[in-house]
Amino acid sequence: MNTDMLTAPSVDYMAILPLLIVAGAAVIGVIVETFAPRGARRTIQLFLAFGSLVAAFVALVSEAGLRSLEVEGAIAFDGPGMLLMGLILLASFVAAMLIAERQLDPAGDSFAPRASALPGSRDERELTARGYLQTEVWPLFLFAVLGMMLFVISNNLLMMFISLEVMSLPLYLLAGMARRRRLLSQEAAMKYFILGAFSSAFFLFGSALVYGFTGSVEFAAISDALAAQPGQTYLVIGGVGLISVGLLFKIGAVPFHQWVPDVYQGSPSAVTAFMAATVKVAAFGAILRIFYVAFGGLRWDWEILLWIIAGLTMVVGSIVAVVQTDIKRMIAYSSIAQAGFILMGVASATPEGLGASIFYLTAYAFTTLGIFAVIMIVRDGSGEAGRLSQWAGLGRRSPVVGAAFAIFMLSLAGIPLTSGFIAKFAVFSSALAVDQVIPVIIAVISSVIAAFFYGRVIVIMYFREPESDGATVTVPSAFTTLALAISVAVTVLLGVLPQPVLDLIEQAGVFIR
Amino acid sequence: MTTIPWLTILMVVPLVGSLLMIFLPRGNARLIKQTALVFALATLVLTIAMGLQFDGQSTAAFQFTESYAWIPAFGISYSVGVDGIGLVLVALAATLVPVVILAGWRDVPDESAKGYFALLLVLDTLMIGVFAATDVFLFYVLFEVMLIPIYFLIGRYGGANRAYAAVKFLIYSLVGGLLMLAALIGLYVVSANELGQGTFDFATLVGLDIDPNTQKVLFLGFFIAFAIKAPLWPFHTWLPDAAKESTPATAVLLIGVLDKVGTFGMIRYLLPIFPAASEFYAPLIIALAVIGIIYGALVALGQTDMKRLFAYSSMSHFGFIALGIFVFTSWGASGSTIYMLAHGLSTAALFLAAGFLMSRSGGSSAIAAYGGVNKKAPILAGFLLFGTMSSLALPGLASFVGEFLVLLGTFARYIAVGVIATIGIVLTAAYALRLYQKVATGPASPAVEGITDLKGREVTALAPIVLLTIVLGVFPAPVFNVVNPAVERTLEIVGVTDPPPVIGVQGGEQ
Repeated sequence: MNTDMLTAPSVDYMAILPLLIVAGAAVIGVIVETFAPRGARRTIQLFLAFGSLVAAFVALVSEAGLRSLEVEGAIAFDGPGMLLMGLILLASFVAAMLIAERQLDPAGDSFAPRASALPGSRDERELTARGYLQTEVWPLFLFAVLGMMLFVISNNLLMMFISLEVMSLPLYLLAGMARRRRLLSQEAAMKYFILGAFSSAFFLFGSALVYGFTGSVEFAAISDALAAQPGQTYLVIGGVGLISVGLLFKIGAVPFHQWVPDVYQGSPSAVTAFMAATVKVAAFGAILRIFYVAFGGLRWDWEILLWIIAGLTMVVGSIVAVVQTDIKRMIAYSSIAQAGFILMGVASATPEGLGASIFYLTAYAFTTLGIFAVIMIVRDGSGEAGRLSQWAGLGRRSPVVGAAFAIFMLSLAGIPLTSGFIAKFAVFSSALAVDQVIPVIIAVISSVIAAFFYGRVIVIMYFREPESDGATVTVPSAFTTLALAISVAVTVLLGVLPQPVLDLIEQAGVFIR
Repeated sequence: MTTIPWLTILMVVPLVGSLLMIFLPRGNARLIKQTALVFALATLVLTIAMGLQFDGQSTAAFQFTESYAWIPAFGISYSVGVDGIGLVLVALAATLVPVVILAGWRDVPDESAKGYFALLLVLDTLMIGVFAATDVFLFYVLFEVMLIPIYFLIGRYGGANRAYAAVKFLIYSLVGGLLMLAALIGLYVVSANELGQGTFDFATLVGLDIDPNTQKVLFLGFFIAFAIKAPLWPFHTWLPDAAKESTPATAVLLIGVLDKVGTFGMIRYLLPIFPAASEFYAPLIIALAVIGIIYGALVALGQTDMKRLFAYSSMSHFGFIALGIFVFTSWGASGSTIYMLAHGLSTAALFLAAGFLMSRSGGSSAIAAYGGVNKKAPILAGFLLFGTMSSLALPGLASFVGEFLVLLGTFARYIAVGVIATIGIVLTAAYALRLYQKVATGPASPAVEGITDLKGREVTALAPIVLLTIVLGVFPAPVFNVVNPAVERTLEIVGVTDPPPVIGVQGGEQ
């Protein structure tokens, strides 16, 4: 055995400290679940989750200037990667507040007492009757955050695949944990898992094809190999195509969007908030990196594909959202449409497009978190009030919550002085700067269609008389209140004074390779 | 450059008023209304104070200018300033807000007074801002944000079908707004290509030499937004619904001031920034304007509902305003500006007088429900008569000055167009007089039987409108002194001169 031929990879542990903190907290969380007494678990888990997110963020900020490839080139610390990781941490922090909420549901929290108990079984009824509350969401949550952070800085195909799985597996589980409407929740988890597994397989198959052509999984080496052999073969086209399918699935782009409404509707709202906000950031971060760094040389081939998908995604998302009667499904289709807008920034394939996408993701993440915070607190006797018609008159009965939700709707509709407007402005200008007039016109038309259903929510909340089985606003704990306040503040601040964030994006520059 | 930031103060005062209202007790409607009125009047007084310092002889394009960087990454600044045209419209907005607050004292139940009057004040801020902006992006932002208070004013406080009207209004406006946004970004990209650094500064954009084909594309984006707002035929179908479902106060601000943003945008932005495209599209726009004049008047003639009639009549008048702008003569453009002012005043007189009538007699706006008002409420009937006279541009009233100049400018260039537009005047007289005849004369209808005449508050609200209409009709010189330099500068940028006077004399004889 000639073991001394294998040299251990050099790892700068200080550089990957933010990742280590989150990973460590997640592992400790699992141990806590096993050994800590039931009563003490929640306190410890909350401390671990919030503590690790804050500590990781501090560690990240302290090395903000770092621009280097680490761990033998497997991960890349660069400006956009740093920004996206920071964004994931901040959005996860807000999402964690929603997950920590325990004041809304009379039964305790919004998670099933034991995820493994069959819906409607005796086991489950017994656990519910005994008032069991579980805390296993927390380690799962932290693993998902870890996967997302890795996803946006992965610099080779294998690393990207591993982080994709680290991110996705806990989310499949989290989706199935809703305390109420158990069957819907389990269905959501199952759908998400099956389709997610498919998309992972696509990604992996595509990676194999690309590896077969270029002889490497490293992004820089792939890029060089593609440049050295400009004649494309079916191997490369197929490989890039399959990888795209895997990633486009995660952002819910048309035609890979079918899972989105079911999963958004079935999952516990706090988890949906987390998923909708951060998975989108992570998946877009990965798409941006892989297309800009590894496949930059093929941009003439994939650009047109992305423009078409962006257009389709905007139009289909907006049109189907119009006929939705359930608030979570409407937001799900709206998030599909929003993904189309962000794709315009990606397809521009310029530094402006990259910056516009990152800004859009920032705006979108916080607005979405706020929306789900409101959805969580608008309830009727049986839980969250999902039907849109139940929201009638809400704006008049609860002016503060109504105003907050109206601001989120206006932001998604792209009305000036909200973050959504500056975001749209940024992606439109990045598209027009590369002379893509038709996608912008499609985007304008979709925006108008979208404005109709965003406007309709305001109509329902403010202009309609309340129904007899209407929803009321349940007073939440400080967790949700704070999350809501942060979301509103970010939505308005990014709309009125976006310059500091735009500066930050400008300074971040482009991906390194 | 003045040391006092007049325009910012004008925008801040009503905004402070509306924010203050949040803290007033919901139950005390009287205090809320008084607060609204005080802040609106303070804004008006400040506007007058500013207007007195306006220098008609100044060679600067804009006065009372201020400029601060806002989003430097996109070349966006907070820049305000007014030329003569802007000043006139700022003054119109500042005048009408206190008038409608006073007139709308009892428009809404006391418990919802807070939101209603706060929104009116917010609208005051936005209207002043939109006419004062000299950064095209700032203009766009205010143009779009203005939708929101109006949307709530229609949707929450309007008539039975208010939600439908509000959504229709919002969708139409957003279509225009988003097309304008696309064109605006296109303009930004053009400026970035030419200057190396994109900008939204109006003066810089005017100085750009944009390729005529690019101009034609960008022009359309802006034009459709303005044509929806103003509204020109065939972009008008939202207006009758919005006008019918609004409270009279909202309708006055919507049609009297907000819609002027469309025509203001044409003269302020389209002509100077896209001169070649403006000339290229002028025949088309003149055709739309003339169709609007005749179509609006004909449809108004067939209306059975007062508010819808006013809406179609406004559409006809907006045709005149657009016509005056796109015939490219100084008479036409000055006339259009005066007409914008006069139309704001006559809309206020008509809608408010009709509103007073409706609130006294059960709220129906059907013409057939009324008759013989002049026997039961002579003062009210008098104001209604004045409104109709102002609408049909009786000589001696401000609207006559505007309409006459627009036609003068039109005849100077296109005799045939002038002739057709003149037919519009005849039709206007027909529907205006028919309305007055049916509503105010003849035997008193059951709805009119028990009504009382106007009281002090209502007369106080309408009197300034009447006074201004007459004063400007008899002595329009002060307005011309302010407006003419701005108009001449605009036409100079477009590069057209007035046609020789010989045709002008013929035009003047009609």
